Amino acid sequence: MKPEDMDRLIRTALREVAPDADLAQLGADADLREALGLDSLDFLRVVELLSQRTGHRIDEEDYPRLATITSATTFLSDRAAVR
Amino acid sequence: MPSETIRKTPLDRAAANLADYPAVRQSFTWASARGLLRGLPGGGLNVGYEAVDRHATGERRDAVALRCLGPDGVTELTYGDLLRRTNRFANLLDQLGVGRGDRVFSLLGRGPELYVTALGTLRHASVYSPLFSAFGPEPIRERLARGDGMVLVTTPELYAQKVAPVRDRLPNLRRVLVTGDGPPPPGTSSLNAGLRTVEDRFEVPPTEPGEMALLHFTSGTTGRPKGAVHVHEAVVAHHVTAAYALDLRAGDVFWCTADPGWVTGTSYGIIAPLTHGATVLVDSAEFEARRWYANLAEHRVTVWYTAPTALRMLMRHGAALPAGYDLTALRHVSSVGEPLNPEAVVWGQAALGHPVHDNWWQTETGAIMISNFPALDIRPGSMGLPMPGVEVALLARGEDGRAEVTDEGQVRVVDSPDTVGELALRRGWPSMFRGYLHANARYAKCFAGDWYLTGDLARRDADGYHWFVGRADDVIKSAGHLIGPFEVESILMEHPAVAEAGVIGKPDRVAGEVVKAFVTLRPGAIADDELRLDLLAFGRRRLGVMAPKEIAFDNHLPHTRSGKVMRRLLKAREFGLPEGDLSTLENAR
Repeated sequence: MKPEDMDRLIRTALREVAPDADLAQLGADADLREALGLDSLDFLRVVELLSQRTGHRIDEEDYPRLATITSATTFLSDRAAVR
Repeated sequence: MPSETIRKTPLDRAAANLADYPAVRQSFTWASARGLLRGLPGGGLNVGYEAVDRHATGERRDAVALRCLGPDGVTELTYGDLLRRTNRFANLLDQLGVGRGDRVFSLLGRGPELYVTALGTLRHASVYSPLFSAFGPEPIRERLARGDGMVLVTTPELYAQKVAPVRDRLPNLRRVLVTGDGPPPPGTSSLNAGLRTVEDRFEVPPTEPGEMALLHFTSGTTGRPKGAVHVHEAVVAHHVTAAYALDLRAGDVFWCTADPGWVTGTSYGIIAPLTHGATVLVDSAEFEARRWYANLAEHRVTVWYTAPTALRMLMRHGAALPAGYDLTALRHVSSVGEPLNPEAVVWGQAALGHPVHDNWWQTETGAIMISNFPALDIRPGSMGLPMPGVEVALLARGEDGRAEVTDEGQVRVVDSPDTVGELALRRGWPSMFRGYLHANARYAKCFAGDWYLTGDLARRDADGYHWFVGRADDVIKSAGHLIGPFEVESILMEHPAVAEAGVIGKPDRVAGEVVKAFVTLRPGAIADDELRLDLLAFGRRRLGVMAPKEIAFDNHLPHTRSGKVMRRLLKAREFGLPEGDLSTLENAR
């Protein structure tokens, strides 16, 4: 998957969980939880959606790597490459 | 299969504050517990005095009362500092013309200002009411209006996001004080500037034990949120229950992870540990597994009071993670908020070195009423035994699922073991709520004779351990927060596309329940994904943390004959459960 597709996939998941957030204004390096006002449960739902849609398992250990759009894109792309 | 009982050793018993439960339960009186506190010099009792003055004027004056972890590092306040800062706050209230019994609200993150606001207000003999900072504008407006909020202390950011949009509908909110050193937004004034103009000497005025001290909002099944009134003598219960159930004592480093915007974060996050002369750890950040373990290790936390949702999130990270942290300072771990599953109790033993002690109480009870105790064996999954001084009964239920009350006001106590009844408490403990503000009829309905009817269903085994069964009503418990379905439905129905809404708690393996809404659309509205997301967004903007996490379109909501949405049936359908007695239904599908 190309990085821009990955970016779209992440933003789609975020929009589904936090449709009130202004994703157009979201910087690639902003802390997602803080910028979008995600609580712990919201964050878990984002993780689940990403895991379902990429087909990759995402462990709790990996959560810090999902902190921003940039880090999440890198992380998910790495995962795809390993496979 | 029920989990195996966790046995306590003679050593556990010898080390506990409450070593001999049966004996203390027999001899305990609330009058003797009152003797554990100092009382005001001229007589009377004040929560703030017991939490602050008592230690600030004694040998613990230089002990750390609050250790606040913020984005800019650690701020420590000794008991002496807390006295001076709350003195200034109380003097500021005086200057603003805030009187005894007037309501001061806070809408703040977890940091020093919140504690100073709470304790300064209590020491001033005004009434403190906390708001959860994750609420949206509507729940905030509703509570400020219902609670006659005269002063609100908040941050400029929270003000702009959540208060400014509804300020014109809060005519009685006289003053908004904002934290920080920037210019205050229009319609507010600077808290810090105000504090600089007043003296740091103040004396707690005479306070009667029965005077109103705290106002905690909670949610009911029907109608608007209710403001539960608590009085100054509640501090007797805060203090002694923390000694017995949490094993708290002077010198402890105590971390209560509940936000002070709720009753747990006030009774046990602010008041109880300070009355004991403990050091309270305060973390402004949200849950993050590594951060939490690091907090426990680095700050040498001795007593930890947390919630099932948090424990279940930690469990997802496995037991290897905590093994990397030094948790040897921990002496006792407790949990409250929703029933704690047996796996989490047992996990505590392996991961933290201590089983998790579940306990049970409510906003209305003000303090822990049923608990697992340090010196008593734990039956994982059970909420434990009654607190000394608290008489618990299970009452036989009528057709509506609540305790059956005869026309003469009589109830029937269920004595046979393992029989489900509504949990009831005999009146008379000091932290019992003394009213719902401006709602006397709703308050009266909570009692049958001497029994306070909790709305929770439970059973008791042959050895006296209590087991939570469920709510007798439709109130939703999500991540430890009580959410009233009516409040959520009312907001959803303000959306132009919505004709009607029914809101239930959907089981969730982490949060216990999450809010799910079923909505009927107005003619012309199109039930598509776009609208579903729009409704979710609408809910999140208006309700914040209380917003539905899931929305389903349903143009055939089931109704009772009187026209109310049958939430119980929505729930039964959602779970695929038998739908029960449908005789009161208008149109069963």
